[in-house]
Amino acid sequence: MHMTESETRPDISLAADLRVSPDDAPVAPDVFTVRNLNVFYGDLRAVSDVDIDVREREITALIGPSGCGKSTVLRCFNRMNDLIDIARVEGSVLYQGIDLYDPQVDPVAVRRRIGMVFQKPNPFPKSIYDNVAYGPKVAGQKGNLDEVVERSLRSAGLWEEVKDRLKSSALGMSGGQQQRLCIARAIAVNPDVLLMDEPCSALDPIATGRIEELMKEIQNEYTIVIVTHNMQQAARVSDRTAFFTAELDEGTGQRRGKLVELDDTGTIFSNPADERTEAYVTGRFG
Amino acid sequence: MAAARSSVVDLADLRARKGADITGQIFLGLLLISVALAFAMVGAVFWDVLVEAWDIISTRLWDFVRSPSSSDPAKAGVAQGIRGSLLIAGIVMLTFPIGIAGAIYLEEYADDTWATRLIQVTVRNLAGVPSIVYGLLGLAVFVQGLRGLTGGSSVVAAGITLAVLVLPVVVITSAEAVRAVPGSMREGAYGLGATQWEVIRSQVIPAAMPGILTGTVLAIARALGEAAPLLVIGAAGFYTTGNNDFLEQLQGAFTALPMNIANFSRLPAQTWRGHAAAASVVLLAMVFMINLVAIIARARITKKLGR
Repeated sequence: MHMTESETRPDISLAADLRVSPDDAPVAPDVFTVRNLNVFYGDLRAVSDVDIDVREREITALIGPSGCGKSTVLRCFNRMNDLIDIARVEGSVLYQGIDLYDPQVDPVAVRRRIGMVFQKPNPFPKSIYDNVAYGPKVAGQKGNLDEVVERSLRSAGLWEEVKDRLKSSALGMSGGQQQRLCIARAIAVNPDVLLMDEPCSALDPIATGRIEELMKEIQNEYTIVIVTHNMQQAARVSDRTAFFTAELDEGTGQRRGKLVELDDTGTIFSNPADERTEAYVTGRFG
Repeated sequence: MAAARSSVVDLADLRARKGADITGQIFLGLLLISVALAFAMVGAVFWDVLVEAWDIISTRLWDFVRSPSSSDPAKAGVAQGIRGSLLIAGIVMLTFPIGIAGAIYLEEYADDTWATRLIQVTVRNLAGVPSIVYGLLGLAVFVQGLRGLTGGSSVVAAGITLAVLVLPVVVITSAEAVRAVPGSMREGAYGLGATQWEVIRSQVIPAAMPGILTGTVLAIARALGEAAPLLVIGAAGFYTTGNNDFLEQLQGAFTALPMNIANFSRLPAQTWRGHAAAASVVLLAMVFMINLVAIIARARITKKLGR
């Protein structure tokens, strides 16, 4: 994949320059610029006209009730929706100015730069070591991967717990450890971005706290987009929050996801612009 | 209001009601009876065969296994049948990669179109076609059509016919094993930038391997037990083994254990007591050994996968 300056890039930086932030603080450049995103599953429009910007080295949380399309949007950021036969994506998803859905773009190359952690820990039925080494191996790294494995496990805060049993199966770990292993596995390919699809929904509060700490620790190195059902989690970890909702389409009678607003997390939780957001974050709806 | 409800609990309140789950108990009973019946029938078959074969097994098992066919009951053995069955098993196994590849294609690559579905339905139907029909196919195509390759009624023709017979079983069981690999595992690998081939090679096939192995064992066991297609193809009852080289043996007259069993059982029972049963024991032992190898392989793979 060619990561050259594309035609659209100047526009994006222009847009970033023109954005007025309240206190004139320097704004991180955008990693993702999503415009008019529509995702269809067959005839069903799951996501409708979403515009989102994701800033570099920030944690952006996507929240909203079930069926609001937040996971679907997340899966557009690394073209995971390609794996679903009936899924169709319209609109533009610019990653550093390059349209990820450009025909020249190879989804495999995209996923090497934009890693993903899933809802349920899904370690491979292999050793801990082989789980972490898998990404570098398919990326073509040859030779001794000990260093990468150790560095990734350290970043995921797992090294001390597993250094003596790297050769044992990853399936013997606790759920929280498995999820941190999946984070280590994603980090091992040295991505720009980490997408996390409800990474703590299958974990207990202690393991959840551990993952949240981890996200804070690594956010200086990675741009993170997290989908979460847990509003406290979004409030705790994210810099900016996007609130989605599911709207009933009068014409078709189908529910489809829409972005209500995207703002600084503090603003979303204390002083949101839209009353639907306020109703959701105060617990009156959803 | 809840105020009227008593909070005092008597042990009688917490006891199981009499006859509360009577249908559940009946169902459990029926299940146990079915299991016992299945075991009893298998046991009866083994017992019967062993008792019948005991004369030969206890006196001249080694000789029986090593001797060729003969008109003398005291000398006759199943060496030719064992060799034929082993060769057939070998030829059948050579075609397993085709069946497994077909299953992987159907599950992982083929789009869900009407053509794909037609193929899937056809494969399922083929698995249910009576074996004698495959025998006719073998006779027309492999014995007569491809005589130059197979040499006519040969072990090669029989092997290929039985391979075609069990291929649908291999495809179906392999496809089911591939389908059972959880999607989360594929997603995990895709999410790390693996290509489709890498996902299939490093995740799907290893995880599906135990199931695929089970399917191939079933297939071999079926191929080893079939007599009808061999009859149509023209397996010999008795023939003399010359000093032919291996290639000539592949293309020459042949027999297999099921044929031995069928032939022995047609002979007068006074002098040929126990020959058919003894040949059955040999065939069962062969199938068990193949099963054993597969179980060991399966256990090793499963252990490697850490389950």
